[in-house]
Amino acid sequence: MFGFHYRLERKTIPFVLAIIGAASIGGFVEIAPLFTIHQTVESAPNMRVYTPLELAGRNIYIREGCYACHSQMIRTLRDDVERYGHYSLAVESKYDHPMLWGSKRTGPDLARIGGKYSDAWHVIHLNNPRDVVPESVMPAYTWLKRTELRTADLRLHLKALREVGVPYTDDMIANAPADAYGQANPGTPLADGVIKRYGETTDVNAFDGSPGNVTEMDALVAYLQILGRLTDVASNGPAAGAAEP
Amino acid sequence: MAQLTRTERQIALALFVGLAVAGLLMVAGGRADPLGLHGALILGVAVFGSFGIISKYYEPLPGADRLREYYDDPSKFGVVAAMVWVAFGLFMGDWVAWLLVNPDLTFDAAWSSFGRIRPVHTTSVIFGFGGNALIATSFYVMQRTSRARLPDQLSPWFVLLGYNLFCILAVTGYMLGITQSREYAEPEWYADIWLVVVWIVYFVTYLRTLARRKEPHIYVSNWYYLAFILVVAMLHIVNNLAVPVSLGHAKSYSLFSGVQDAMTEWWYGHNAVAFFLTSGFLGMMYYFMPKRAGRPIFSYRLSIISFWGITFFYIWVGSHHLHYTALPQWVQTLGMTFSVLLLVPSWASAGNALLTLNGAWHKVRDDATLRFMMIAAVFYGLTTFEGSFMAIRPVNSLSHYTDWTIGHVHAGALGWVAMITFGSIYASVPWLWKRDAMYSARLVEVHFWLALAGTIVYVFAMWNSGIVQGLMWRTYNESGTLTYSFVDSLIAMHPYYIARAVGGLLFLIGALVGCYNMYMTIRAAPQRKRLASTSDMPAAVPAIAPAE
Repeated sequence: MFGFHYRLERKTIPFVLAIIGAASIGGFVEIAPLFTIHQTVESAPNMRVYTPLELAGRNIYIREGCYACHSQMIRTLRDDVERYGHYSLAVESKYDHPMLWGSKRTGPDLARIGGKYSDAWHVIHLNNPRDVVPESVMPAYTWLKRTELRTADLRLHLKALREVGVPYTDDMIANAPADAYGQANPGTPLADGVIKRYGETTDVNAFDGSPGNVTEMDALVAYLQILGRLTDVASNGPAAGAAEP
Repeated sequence: MAQLTRTERQIALALFVGLAVAGLLMVAGGRADPLGLHGALILGVAVFGSFGIISKYYEPLPGADRLREYYDDPSKFGVVAAMVWVAFGLFMGDWVAWLLVNPDLTFDAAWSSFGRIRPVHTTSVIFGFGGNALIATSFYVMQRTSRARLPDQLSPWFVLLGYNLFCILAVTGYMLGITQSREYAEPEWYADIWLVVVWIVYFVTYLRTLARRKEPHIYVSNWYYLAFILVVAMLHIVNNLAVPVSLGHAKSYSLFSGVQDAMTEWWYGHNAVAFFLTSGFLGMMYYFMPKRAGRPIFSYRLSIISFWGITFFYIWVGSHHLHYTALPQWVQTLGMTFSVLLLVPSWASAGNALLTLNGAWHKVRDDATLRFMMIAAVFYGLTTFEGSFMAIRPVNSLSHYTDWTIGHVHAGALGWVAMITFGSIYASVPWLWKRDAMYSARLVEVHFWLALAGTIVYVFAMWNSGIVQGLMWRTYNESGTLTYSFVDSLIAMHPYYIARAVGGLLFLIGALVGCYNMYMTIRAAPQRKRLASTSDMPAAVPAIAPAE
């Protein structure tokens, strides 16, 4: 063995190939089957995609680096489940490009934060967390409420997501900016379009408390309120989580 | 610059003009997007660089006598860049640490919130400091262990300057809100593509130098540097596969989603630890430690075993970041198993390093530079043991998501990576700049103790906070419900967060002392006679060869 190595280390290219070979096996064995074994991701036929407003909110969550302190992955441990809700299923982040499972809980897990607090609570909390949680060490995101959301390019965002496999329809893509506005402005004709395209249960609210505009606060709160609620496959009991062939 | 030939100056100018065009296109395409700002930054760098070339274009050309010496100017630049990045990165890190003590230290700005500057810290120290140190020392070590000069004068500069451009794009991007939110792979698609180009040139430079070597064997340091270059390229490319929103947008969407994305991300994330923060720095250690100690490597066979063990086992272990998650159990189990196996080659490396010091322990006592390297090997052994331990599923159920992980990472990053780098830099600065010794051995000593104290304070604070946190989250009262709310655990962290920030501050002060010492060495110390440097010709027999 050492004799062989004694000869190998005299030749650059074979040595390079040996490194590539040794370092490729593990990744290949662990990653490739995740795409081919169908039990890896449960089926959830009723799962919906993010609305344009929620997607924009998700992009703000990404932009601000929220993943550094908040996980979105409830583990299969008793205390995790009792604290945050049903353990996370793979299917629940099926449309997450990228996933935001996180690795650190300086703040609590957010996988099922949707619907747990009111919109108004989120707005106050994001504006200055210490107004509602005095001990919080979260930064104050004061600019979200006064920053208009950029909606003009949302069509391109949905299109890019369709290219990586999220089933947005042509209708959804064409109406993306209008839907973003509509979801934050209940009672307007544009709001009806959101319901039509994304379903009855979609939250249509003036999330930031002020209708008539769409701010980054609207988007981020809309996103936080949908977390854990894209599909009810987890809350329907463990049986619903079983993989279907 | 003085060593660049006419052709190389022309190519350099052409490259800067090309870069300027790319910057202009980004400005034009990304007018309504943060991409435009990065375009302007690139344009600025390119214009500045072009003027730099033009102003020195007609300077005397280098003679053929340059080929009789190693080409160390790029290494000098890399060492200085590493020290600049470490000062900046540690400062940002300590700021981030104080943010958890007092969250209002953001001064109400968007760019300074925790989520944006935390990756500024990680990227500055890992890629800015670590990367520059690795590239600089790899050029240095590769030439000496091969007894061959770098193949040309331009490509090492392309690698170093291009790499630093990538780092600058990365950290400025986070502050502007340009991030993929993929841990340790935050830069967006255009920066990622640029890094691939830089990396290919790096690899080709390495191969071309090895091809010119006058030593029949490739020395062990080069195995590690090669593994570092190759595997980081593989990880970087696969993990960053993404579709940009448009060519005028900085934003992209990753090709993979959900569970596959999580596995890919941690396959990348943990092997960034393996092949960036371990492999490359082991390469550094295998050259500078025996050289400084004046002892050959303890065992050639151990270095073979540990090299292939690390290269083969590490790649499997990423899934230990995903215990108890929606990742299938079989992948978690594989990750755990290989993490435990990994202890064997890791300790083989650490043991090989420490046993190399046999016969030189009096030097460890007297020489802070060598002591930096010795402590690094000790921390390497400790951290790899801790890592294997934390990868065991039930242990991970306590440690995961807590500050224990942060403590573990910093035991590795401060105790191992930074210490071996400081040791290697202290050893190489006098060699590179042809000085007799560092400006002040006493200041090296000061730096050593500040660094060690800072690391210990930091790591102990995070071990305590992490374990307290983990235990509080899982404590049940007699009625069978959870005893502590999340906020209770947060309040309990406060004293540890202060201690951690103080530990970080000590480490930062130590690094600043080091910067000052190096500055004084480079600027003020008397130049040794040029005569001495001729003995540095590629024909010289390297003092260190694999012990056989």
